[in-house]
Amino acid sequence: MDILIYGTINSVTLALYALGFAMVYGVSRLPNFAHGSLYILSGFVTWGFLNSLGLNYLLSIILAMVATGVIGALIYQFVLIRVRGMEISEIIATYAIGLAILEGLRWAGFKGMTYTLPPFIEGSVTIADIPVDYQRLLVVGIGGAMVVCLWLFTRYTRVGLALKGMAQDERAAMMLGIDSDLMAVVAMGFGSMLAALAAILLLPLGNIVVESGYNVLILAISVCIVGGLGSWIGAILAAFLIGFAQILTAVYIGSHYQMVVALLAIIVTLIIKPSGLFGKQKELEERV
Amino acid sequence: MNTERRRERIDRGIKIRTDGIYAMMSWRELSYLSAPRLVLIAGLLILPFVMPGMYWQRVITITCIYALLALSFDFLAHFVGLVCLGGAFFVGTGGYMAAILNTSFGLPPLLTIPIATIIGGAICTLLLLPCLPLRGVYFAIVSLMYPLFAARVIEAFDILGGTDGILGIDGFSNSWIEQYFVIGATLLFLFGTRRLVNMDIGLVFRGVKDNDQAIKASGMDITRIKAMAVFIASAMGCLSGACLVHIYMWSGISQFALDFSILPIAATVIGGGGTLVGPIIGCLILVPISELLRDFGTLRIVFYSIILVGFIVFRSEGIMVFGQRKYHQFERWTKV
Repeated sequence: MDILIYGTINSVTLALYALGFAMVYGVSRLPNFAHGSLYILSGFVTWGFLNSLGLNYLLSIILAMVATGVIGALIYQFVLIRVRGMEISEIIATYAIGLAILEGLRWAGFKGMTYTLPPFIEGSVTIADIPVDYQRLLVVGIGGAMVVCLWLFTRYTRVGLALKGMAQDERAAMMLGIDSDLMAVVAMGFGSMLAALAAILLLPLGNIVVESGYNVLILAISVCIVGGLGSWIGAILAAFLIGFAQILTAVYIGSHYQMVVALLAIIVTLIIKPSGLFGKQKELEERV
Repeated sequence: MNTERRRERIDRGIKIRTDGIYAMMSWRELSYLSAPRLVLIAGLLILPFVMPGMYWQRVITITCIYALLALSFDFLAHFVGLVCLGGAFFVGTGGYMAAILNTSFGLPPLLTIPIATIIGGAICTLLLLPCLPLRGVYFAIVSLMYPLFAARVIEAFDILGGTDGILGIDGFSNSWIEQYFVIGATLLFLFGTRRLVNMDIGLVFRGVKDNDQAIKASGMDITRIKAMAVFIASAMGCLSGACLVHIYMWSGISQFALDFSILPIAATVIGGGGTLVGPIIGCLILVPISELLRDFGTLRIVFYSIILVGFIVFRSEGIMVFGQRKYHQFERWTKV
């Protein structure tokens, strides 16, 4: 039973990490290596609004999400748009931006145990003899709600449909009058907001640590590769796969092996089916 | 009158290793061709003498170590098409290999370094083998993870000295041997890879990068060719790691740190990718600057990253390509 509960929580956590990355990659084919940094950055921005400016918690959360979205969009608009389509340059540029943000935060003294966000609701509840605190339940709830919202968004709104069109076939989308550069900026903004949402939900469970930015990036990428780069449903499914695999290894083998699971999952996926569970378009392209 | 003018670039007709055959006419032309190479070789060989004090001599050694790494990145990325973001993995493997050979088997540095280079290269190639059928983003992502995971595994299982690392490794017997060993290795590998990419196998490597289906159609095994390339590149990385370990007389998790992945990439972008000399020039610029910035701690990484983004966005050709153009072509204004 505890495997089921913790597995679900872990899986939703992974899905939250990965959705923003999957969204940006799906729409503009941009591997956003700065994803982990945006996650951590938004944590500190929230902390700043909350503690330095003394704003209301809800207000600072909303402001932080908007701020992170704007930062992501600006990064795209002013830097990444110029290297679009050049794979090597894209990778190096996003990687460098991510490093700059993380190491800049570390230099500015944002380290140690002092930076924490308060949980939304204190306390815990017991489900089947296992204590689960409300924050973790909220993570699962909001995570699920977010997936549903995303699904509705890409199905019933103009912007969402445009994004979906871009993801499916960029040239056809352009022919139908969708501004591909604008949509890529929007996607990057949304992706960053998703990273911020994940950060705000998950960071109250522990300290805000700069190093965990790298972990978030690794886990997000693992999930996206296993699920098939660019596929949201694949990413969610893969999050559950890896999430439960991690909890199972932690319970039966030892928690040291948790991170190894992600790498193994990637390697096995890449060998057996390099396009991932649901990546359809690039079966031939990515593997020789 | 409309006097619009444009700048015209004309090649100087003196070339070497090109499609045409040019007869060498004079000492002037010979020196025109060999001057840049000789300046580089002589400059690197003289550097230890002109550096004031031990500290800056050490900086030269570290520069050459980074130069080897940058060379291996450039070779893999621009001649084979594999963007390897995890150069630190090679450094760590080579470093730990040399450390184990030295402390457990008591071999002297002049033996451990070659052995670590070859065996380390083989180990890296074996570990990367499952990822070799991939290319582009996929390979970059997976190679980025290798050093992070290696550090995590060593930390978690407390093997190879755990977080303390392996202590008590022999250093080089004197600092001149140390410097000239590393400088010699850098020059050897620089001209070695230059020769390699101009040989037949180099053509195949570039074929793998540009059009792998064509290589496959010619009946060659792409994975085997990529494995060869990765072996060459990772051997260079392991060599630099092994030298590093013997210089610091210590081997630890920090050899898997991001510094060893990001600085060579930055140097390659700044120096000019695909030229093989460019990365070394990039290192000669970046590493001393980063030593000057040592007081700022991790701000150094921010600094490289910003330079890197600036160069990749606004000047992606790099210094070397720009310099080559200026050297081999002359420009003049002509009326349109």
